[in-house]
Amino acid sequence: MTPAGWEAVIGLEVHCELRTRTKLFCGCRNEFGAPPNTHVCPVCLGLPGSLPVLNRQAVELAMRIGLALGCRIEPSVFHRKNYFYPDMPKDYQISQYDEPICVEGALTLPDGSRVGIVRAHLEEDTGKTSHIGESGRIHGAGYALVDYNRAGVPLVEIVSAPDIRSAQQARAYVAELRGVLVATGASDGRMEEGSLRVDANVSVRRAGSDVLGTRCEVKNLNSLRSLVRALEHEVARQVGLLEAGQPVVQETRHFDEDRGVTVALRSKEEAFDYRYFPEPDLVALAPEPAWREAVAASQPPLPAARRQALAELFGVARLEGSRAEQAETVLELGLDALVRAAAEAGVDPALALARTANEAAAQAEAARQVDPGAYVALLRMEQEGRLSATQAKTVLAELLQHGGDPADIAERLGLVGLDRGALASVVAEVVAAHPEEWSRFCAGEEKLAGFFTGQVMRRTRGQADGKLVAAELATRRAAEAGAP
Amino acid sequence: MSLAPTASAIAAAVRSGEVRASEVLEACLEAVEQVEGQLGCFVTLTPELARAQAEAVDAQVAAGAPLGPLAGVPVAVKDNLCTAGVPTTCSSRILASWRPPYDATAVARLVAAGAVVVGKTNLDEFAMGSSTETSAFGPTRNPYDPSRVPGGSSGGSAAVVAAGAVPLALGTDTGGSIRQPAALCGVVGLKPTYGAVSRYGLIAFASSLDQVGPLAQTVGDAAALLDAIAGHDPMDSTSLPEGVLPCHRALDRGVAGLRIGLVRELVEAEGIEPGVRRRVEDAAEALAAAGAAVEPISVPELALGLPAYYLIAPAEASSNLARYDGVRYGLRVDGADVEEMQARTRAAGFGPEVKRRILLGTYALSAGYYDAYYAQAQRVRTLIVRAFERAYEQADLLLGATTPTTAFPLGAKVEDPLAMYLSDVFTIPTNLAGHPALSVPFGTDEAGLPVGVQLLAPALAEPSLVAAGAVLERAAPALPPPPVAASWRLGVPR
Amino acid sequence: MPGGRTKDAGQEPDRITREATAHVARLARIALSPEELDRYAEQLAAVLEHAAQVAAAPTAGVPPTAHPFALVNVLRDDEPRPSLDPAVVLAEAPAAEDGRFKVPPILGEAP
Repeated sequence: MTPAGWEAVIGLEVHCELRTRTKLFCGCRNEFGAPPNTHVCPVCLGLPGSLPVLNRQAVELAMRIGLALGCRIEPSVFHRKNYFYPDMPKDYQISQYDEPICVEGALTLPDGSRVGIVRAHLEEDTGKTSHIGESGRIHGAGYALVDYNRAGVPLVEIVSAPDIRSAQQARAYVAELRGVLVATGASDGRMEEGSLRVDANVSVRRAGSDVLGTRCEVKNLNSLRSLVRALEHEVARQVGLLEAGQPVVQETRHFDEDRGVTVALRSKEEAFDYRYFPEPDLVALAPEPAWREAVAASQPPLPAARRQALAELFGVARLEGSRAEQAETVLELGLDALVRAAAEAGVDPALALARTANEAAAQAEAARQVDPGAYVALLRMEQEGRLSATQAKTVLAELLQHGGDPADIAERLGLVGLDRGALASVVAEVVAAHPEEWSRFCAGEEKLAGFFTGQVMRRTRGQADGKLVAAELATRRAAEAGAP
Repeated sequence: MSLAPTASAIAAAVRSGEVRASEVLEACLEAVEQVEGQLGCFVTLTPELARAQAEAVDAQVAAGAPLGPLAGVPVAVKDNLCTAGVPTTCSSRILASWRPPYDATAVARLVAAGAVVVGKTNLDEFAMGSSTETSAFGPTRNPYDPSRVPGGSSGGSAAVVAAGAVPLALGTDTGGSIRQPAALCGVVGLKPTYGAVSRYGLIAFASSLDQVGPLAQTVGDAAALLDAIAGHDPMDSTSLPEGVLPCHRALDRGVAGLRIGLVRELVEAEGIEPGVRRRVEDAAEALAAAGAAVEPISVPELALGLPAYYLIAPAEASSNLARYDGVRYGLRVDGADVEEMQARTRAAGFGPEVKRRILLGTYALSAGYYDAYYAQAQRVRTLIVRAFERAYEQADLLLGATTPTTAFPLGAKVEDPLAMYLSDVFTIPTNLAGHPALSVPFGTDEAGLPVGVQLLAPALAEPSLVAAGAVLERAAPALPPPPVAASWRLGVPR
Repeated sequence: MPGGRTKDAGQEPDRITREATAHVARLARIALSPEELDRYAEQLAAVLEHAAQVAAAPTAGVPPTAHPFALVNVLRDDEPRPSLDPAVVLAEAPAAEDGRFKVPPILGEAP
């Protein structure tokens, strides 16, 4: 939490690895987890004489991201950003500098707040360095090993305006942005694999002030949890300094996951002279209007619109509480279309949302492949009492694993739900067999409800719906009490 | 002048079965052996590779399979063009042991055309120089006077062709590196339109200026080589989508009706030797006698080419040469940490001229100086492009000297970078505009050293250059054979 | 544009100093001896003095040319091509271990 009387000013730079088949400037596969240095060629290794050629799909995904964020798509130029580092094969990074492909957009968060987008540009990723040594950290390492499989993987860097005011809002921004990136097909959204990486520019000021404080850049925020922890720590650190009358020094800091603190990086003044100049090995990029329009026309629905559609199923402007959480789950997993399909077919939206956010979400990959018609049919069977909740979950598990018609699955598994009349006669049989217990139950000994339910389950081999059994017992007792 | 048989003669003889490619190759290797000790043209000879290529051509001939236009023609390749599995050094210690895993497109196309690669020729380190003296492996010498430089940076390619040891060679031209040594060695050198020949596999010096092109004994051979290597390459984003028209067809077109501008700034410039100037004026007369309308023309902006070039080229080079850092390939000098290792590797691996240009380019791009130096040089580049556009409204081709002087003694300019840079003053403007240019030998100066005259043309007008070049070639005073020359024994079975 | 790019076009820059040469050598990651620094500072000054002619050129309103020809949208399809054999790649490495390129310890992070 931001200390009382202070306000945080946060801008985020999100690096998104694009889900292309190949790298940004060569035909090597863009694939996580391959053995080291197996996806490299003269171009992405920076071998002498090699030249980059731009990947059309990477440009298209960048445009998709820009359009989803309400940006203008502009003619753009690649520049070289020059600095030495062993994970960068050419010792310069090809990036976009003062003429990026996407400019000036915004992202509206689920709580209605709006974060401005300054720009989104294309650039190439670096290789991966492993520091080997007794401490395992950068300092004190014995040597380093470099794998260039990731070198040249396409990235879009999305730079927000400094509109974010808290760690929680930063989290919401990244979560919403991730939803947008996944929805557009630009990213797999896997932060744990480094598909999304976040750097934060953080400063603090007295609440109500509109002066900008000195900012620090915090790097290595590789999960939503790290992001929140790092930002809370950094804000508190800066407030602590200022309250103690000490200045905040502009610097780059690294989040130490283990200790939960940000630490200053060794900085050298010349490291910041990147000597940008136009990349002479590439030509200008100016997506023609027809291409832009085709991308815009084929843009999939984005999380905000899909969130709105879920709320409308319940007849409200915005979902709250546990339903809102369930909605976020199905949105994040891309299962909201199942909920909408079920609701449109007459299934109670609360049932559809709960089953999808819980049981289907647990097997999200399979759920994304399921036949929506079969899924809706299953929920209808549950709603109409033809399957108990337990039975419905069993059939759903089978449906997700092997597909098929839910009615057939239920029959094959012997899960034929009892209708109300059949259930009533089983309950009557059980009551008749246990008159003494029934009297005690009618006298108010509630724990015997469990006994009767157990007996009913035994006779029905578990096919009765527990809730319906309880209802039938209650109805019967009320009828006897009311009888003359 | 033709010491060695020309490429076209060899290709014709191989095609007709008169001689086998393998026999041609052995004769060529022997010719190389005769002169190599005196001239130092090669960094690496590749006889085994060449024999395999020659045998493949002979097998095609025997099988009656279709042959490439250069079938059986030995070629030398400048050592800044990648050859798969063969050391490619850029004449630098930093790449002394590097073997590329791939062929440059220009090399691959040569081999596909039936050419036989006999070796990799010496150059100024990373093509930075005008004398082939900055090579880490020692200088190449001029066949006309081994105490003099062959020019550079394609000095090895120019000298080996001039000595009649190999009929054809590939060079590269960033600011004159094909034309200047061609002029100083008395051979034909053609810098194609930027983007006409793929740069894929050409180890970059200055990416927006570099071009691959031929050095040859005759204009016809240069045209044949260009035809073999030109054309769009999807591996090079700056490769032009439309190709250069076949040049060899323009050989006999003549110059009747062509307007040719004799460029004052390329003839009357300060520092031009009278012997050179006289030959350019003779060349202008020869073209006029062949039916061209030759008129004087002034393009004052050309004087800005050299200073702009010495900001733009080093700036690009400083970035292009960053990758030689001791991590992935090439030389490494160890250090306590990676920074120290890299700084020591680069200190030991690069020679003084390369370091000078990296420092200069880094400075020109650095904070505080970018606008005054690099960006300003790019604006001047625009002025030069516009000046050429205006000139080509008045003339179809431009004519001038290739270099202000003939070949100078080894060591004469090594200690004075600026004086060395001035030897490219006439060739550089074309590179900035991206246009093609041709240097053709046109007699000698009083000392008997070859003089080259330069023809410039607008983008993709190589056929016009070839047509006019062929006219000059026929009209040129006979060039005496150089004192260091190979004697060929083509067609004599061993 | 980044901070520090203060010199305007048309304004002739100052003569390069020994300190500036040392700074540039660090940026370019080339170790230089004191004697080399002296020599390069001198030579760079001479070349830059000549190059400064560009500052006087009439370039008001003239756009820079970065490429000889203004090609646009040169793109390749997103189709995989074969990568190199890692054994071939690592054979050229000055040092390698465990399928990766080996370098001395890295003391700083990427800037």
